[in-house]
Amino acid sequence: MKASTIVGVAKPMGIVARNTVTETTLERPRQNSSEVLVRAENVTLQYAARASVVTATWRVNFDVHYGDRYILLGQSGCGKSSLLKAIGGFIRPSEGCISIRGAPINGPSPERMMVFQEFDQLFPWKTVLENVIFPMRARSWTRKDRIERARSFIDKVGLTKFANAYPHTLSGGMKQRAAIARAMAIEPDILLMDEPVAALDALTRARLQDELLRLWEELRFTMLFVTHSIDEAVRVGSRILVLSPHPGQVRAELNCPASGGQSEVKDFEQWITSMLHETNSEQVAEGNAV
Amino acid sequence: MTLVSDNSKRHQYIAANVVKPTSARIVVPRSAWSKIFNNALIRRTVLMLIIGLIWEGYAIIVANDLVLPKLSSVLAAMWHSSINGVLIIRTWHSLQTLVVGYAIGIGIGHVITTLAITTRVGSDLLVMLTAMFNPLPAIALLPLAMLWFGIGQGSILFVLVHSAIWPFALNTHAGYLAVSDTLRMAGRNCALTPFNFVAQILMPAAMPSIISGLKISWAFGWRTLIAAELVFGATSSGGGIGWFIFERRNDLKLPDVFAGLLLIVIIGVLVEGVVFRLLEYRTVQRWGMMRSV
Repeated sequence: MKASTIVGVAKPMGIVARNTVTETTLERPRQNSSEVLVRAENVTLQYAARASVVTATWRVNFDVHYGDRYILLGQSGCGKSSLLKAIGGFIRPSEGCISIRGAPINGPSPERMMVFQEFDQLFPWKTVLENVIFPMRARSWTRKDRIERARSFIDKVGLTKFANAYPHTLSGGMKQRAAIARAMAIEPDILLMDEPVAALDALTRARLQDELLRLWEELRFTMLFVTHSIDEAVRVGSRILVLSPHPGQVRAELNCPASGGQSEVKDFEQWITSMLHETNSEQVAEGNAV
Repeated sequence: MTLVSDNSKRHQYIAANVVKPTSARIVVPRSAWSKIFNNALIRRTVLMLIIGLIWEGYAIIVANDLVLPKLSSVLAAMWHSSINGVLIIRTWHSLQTLVVGYAIGIGIGHVITTLAITTRVGSDLLVMLTAMFNPLPAIALLPLAMLWFGIGQGSILFVLVHSAIWPFALNTHAGYLAVSDTLRMAGRNCALTPFNFVAQILMPAAMPSIISGLKISWAFGWRTLIAAELVFGATSSGGGIGWFIFERRNDLKLPDVFAGLLLIVIIGVLVEGVVFRLLEYRTVQRWGMMRSV
């Protein structure tokens, strides 16, 4: 891939994209680290298959700042979920380092609560309220505090009436709301969201996205959000890391248009789309050449 | 005829107001018969009665108490033996031994599976041991057990524990392995010690398998116990139901033999239908992990 390919794509004003393929462009300006909550440096993630090692991401760099709604965007196979799990502490990078507040990440922690795409993430043997309370064992809050706090977060996601219901009696959307409440209620350093609304129908998805934004307006937490949907990325995010697949590499790191008109948002989405398509067609071409 | 219909000719409309059906029309009460047959207990009792009638009828045709006593004389024998206390004492004796052996077996099974799920050595050990010992009939160990523990309670407990451990460990371990990655990660997110991870996440998540392990172990234990008592029959005096059956067969009291067998069946049904049923109802059914039967 040539460095010039990206220039050929019409891009909105004020956005500077970096080429990821040549190693020199991996060097990036260091930002003021007091603002940085999570820093990924040269992160390579690999899975050991039976006969070979599969590389999920290759030397990925990014910084998540406090209060970011940081999006990892890419098609399937770009290692975005693996990156999220690595930040969650479930996978160890084979190269590079992920740190939170400057300290390297070492295993899962309630400070990095994860919300999954799958509906079976709630503990089926606990009611919604018990589910939300359970992770609070990591906090030294009193029992009364825990219940109060859990109830307030259950209220926030609109499940007040279902606090004492078991998960199997809830719809998919309600389960995801409960999982979001569980993750938020213990006030982690960062919320890790692995396509939390991808398995929902379009209407519920849009409503949950709006609610998530409303909650963010209210609580200003930091979240890292994985998605394959450009539309969702632009809607939910404040900053987007675009990843190219096989293996996942940074294609661009962009600020979302904060309050753009509809046409500006459309252009922005179009631009990301063409960027993803471009990496796609190159791969196909490469594949043919080989 | 064209395959594509012309929509322009079709009438379009928007309902002015949607009338919700009244609750009476949504919730239709069941008929009395449907209610009765929806009750599993009633259905099964009816089945049981039919089988009992067939037994009774066939026994009348055979008309030989030494081959097949009538159900009514079996029930009478059971009543009689219970009244004079023999059967009750024998049953009590068996149940005591069974509960102790079962509890020890399940306890050891828990320790082994917990080790297996938290350490690799433990996992290798469990896989190897279950592969070796699960197919080994507990009763085959009885002669050896008699050498080690003498004739009596100790030997019976030994084979009982052996018969209870392996099916339980096998099922529980399979249940642990089947817990989804999502649930595991959600659990690991909560800062649990390895022990708490097993106790608070894996155990409830694998509850359906654990309960079926408990059931199978119970049945295996019960069988092994009766078989061991039958072998001991000739030498032990304070035996259980197995001994009762052995003793009465020697006296050619066939109704008593059947009464002993029937009692074993009844206890099995009661444990299954009350103890395990209640356990399932309070756990996996309430949690939506198992359909009600």
